Amino acid sequence: MTPPLLQATGLSAGYGATLVLQEITLAIAPGRITAIVGANACGKSTLLRSLARLLPARQGRVTLDGTPVQRIAARAFARRVGFLPQSPIAPEGITVLDLVSRGRHPHHGLFARWGAADDAAVAQALEVTGTAGLAERDVAALSGGQRQRVWIAMALAQETEILLMDEPTTFLDVSHQIEVLELLAGLNRRRGTTVVMVLHELNLAARHADVVVGMKAGRIHATGTPAEVLTERHIREIFGLDSLVMPDPVTGRPMMVPRGSLAAARQEERA
Amino acid sequence: MIATLALISGQRRARLRRRGAVLALLGAALAIGFALALMLGQNQFPPATVWRVLRGEAVEGASFTIGTLRLPRALMAILAGAAFGMGGAAFQTLLRNPLASPDIIGISAGASTAAVFCIVVLAMTGPVVPVVAVAAGLGVALLIYLLAWRGEVTGARLILVGIGLSAMLQSATAYVLSRAPAWSLQEALRWLSGSVNGARIGQVLPMGLTLALCGGILAWRARDLEVMRMGDDAAAGLGVRLGLTRIAVILAGVGLVAVATASAGPVAFVAFLSGPIAARITGRDGPILLPAAAIGALLVLVCDFAGQFLLPARYPVGIVTGVLGAPYLVFLILRENRKGTGA
Repeated sequence: MTPPLLQATGLSAGYGATLVLQEITLAIAPGRITAIVGANACGKSTLLRSLARLLPARQGRVTLDGTPVQRIAARAFARRVGFLPQSPIAPEGITVLDLVSRGRHPHHGLFARWGAADDAAVAQALEVTGTAGLAERDVAALSGGQRQRVWIAMALAQETEILLMDEPTTFLDVSHQIEVLELLAGLNRRRGTTVVMVLHELNLAARHADVVVGMKAGRIHATGTPAEVLTERHIREIFGLDSLVMPDPVTGRPMMVPRGSLAAARQEERA
Repeated sequence: MIATLALISGQRRARLRRRGAVLALLGAALAIGFALALMLGQNQFPPATVWRVLRGEAVEGASFTIGTLRLPRALMAILAGAAFGMGGAAFQTLLRNPLASPDIIGISAGASTAAVFCIVVLAMTGPVVPVVAVAAGLGVALLIYLLAWRGEVTGARLILVGIGLSAMLQSATAYVLSRAPAWSLQEALRWLSGSVNGARIGQVLPMGLTLALCGGILAWRARDLEVMRMGDDAAAGLGVRLGLTRIAVILAGVGLVAVATASAGPVAFVAFLSGPIAARITGRDGPILLPAAAIGALLVLVCDFAGQFLLPARYPVGIVTGVLGAPYLVFLILRENRKGTGA
């Protein structure tokens, strides 16, 4: 089975009167890991929410295998595309097992009973994320890193071909960041899951993504391999940051070392 | 993998067993409470006599007391209590806040004011009154929403606006009642704090139908509602139809609470208390609506009995539930303030 194709064509979208995304055309590489990077408020999360069918398009469209996503029923879409927002709420008193089990929600109709396939999917999600030992714990009592792994486990239990994640590494220390990204990379390798994530940390994006999408002011500024996108010029244009890019001694992928912000440099010049 | 599978299916079975046991216990408690409410009172009747009256036999000295006085009263206590409990829990779950109960944010008060206005000023009776009450409840819900709207609606602002509206509507009810000099204190208390005294069998049927209809709507959306506790975006990512669920839950919740209010008055705090009590008893890991309905029914049934016979004077049920609920309201407001979300 070929992995599904999620695609935005001439997409403009926003909230209220403001248009956050302007004419975005982007095909998510099937079976690969894509990282969306860009400065704060450049529309990264808005693009992810549009791809996740959460935000209707003002112009243009988002399609899954050619069908506009708004025409796919919510549940059917959620069986193929999973979405994990930046700060989901763990309901009061919920256990890890219950939270992860909610990933099965789109697989159940009105009268469908919980079945062996559901148990298997939940068990596997717990195993893969290393949270099986926490199954009976209250989610509120977990550490930040554990909680993030539990949320990812929920998204895995959903068993979708595409997984959209909004900053899966926020609030995590560096070892947990690497752990989460390696987990997603492993998933991509083993199951061929297409992963799209918004990332703040450029070096992590360079290290773990096959494709990097650099956004600026609601538009796609550059897209391609990490080596193509994470160049000194692009980083200056996207982030207004003067930097040095060199090969990462561990992976050989690009590694960015900031020199200083251009705004600060300009101010200094004026002074 | 196999160990994990065994662990989780074991946990799931244990959970289902516990939930089944709790629901069975609540059902048994309701059945016993119902039977006692028919048997006990100023005159006591043995179960055999109660059974004969229920089967429609005319029993000298018992048919009127049981069939005309106690039966509608007990049924109304159970049905209205269940409606309050279920409607309250639905709102609390949808708005993710225990303070967002219809009786705190003015929806009961709106239904109550409308019902009093219809009965006292317009001299209406019959099925028009609950219809107007439901319309008023929906109107208040819409008004709260519009007043709390600042680009988006946050729970805390909605609750504060609702508490303010509720106070205004309660004083409107008191004003209308004060303009009706022939009104008895009992009747006035019904509309200010709720009472099932004097319930008639003719009122029980519409309440039961409302409970069946709105309960059915809520059962249809219950799973999506449960998932929405994780936030709108996460729920949408799991295939929840947010708009449909929100509208259906608001309509059904307002319907339940408004019809119950038109039938029994705004029985204080039952909507507010039932959900949290049910969550405490069942654990918060499954749909809360059914246990909340059972707790609501039990609360009204037991508090009505206590108000009639266990206290030095006779009090309407709303006074008893009010005494129980007020401390919890204070506790919740203090806790919200400590969390820094109170304003």
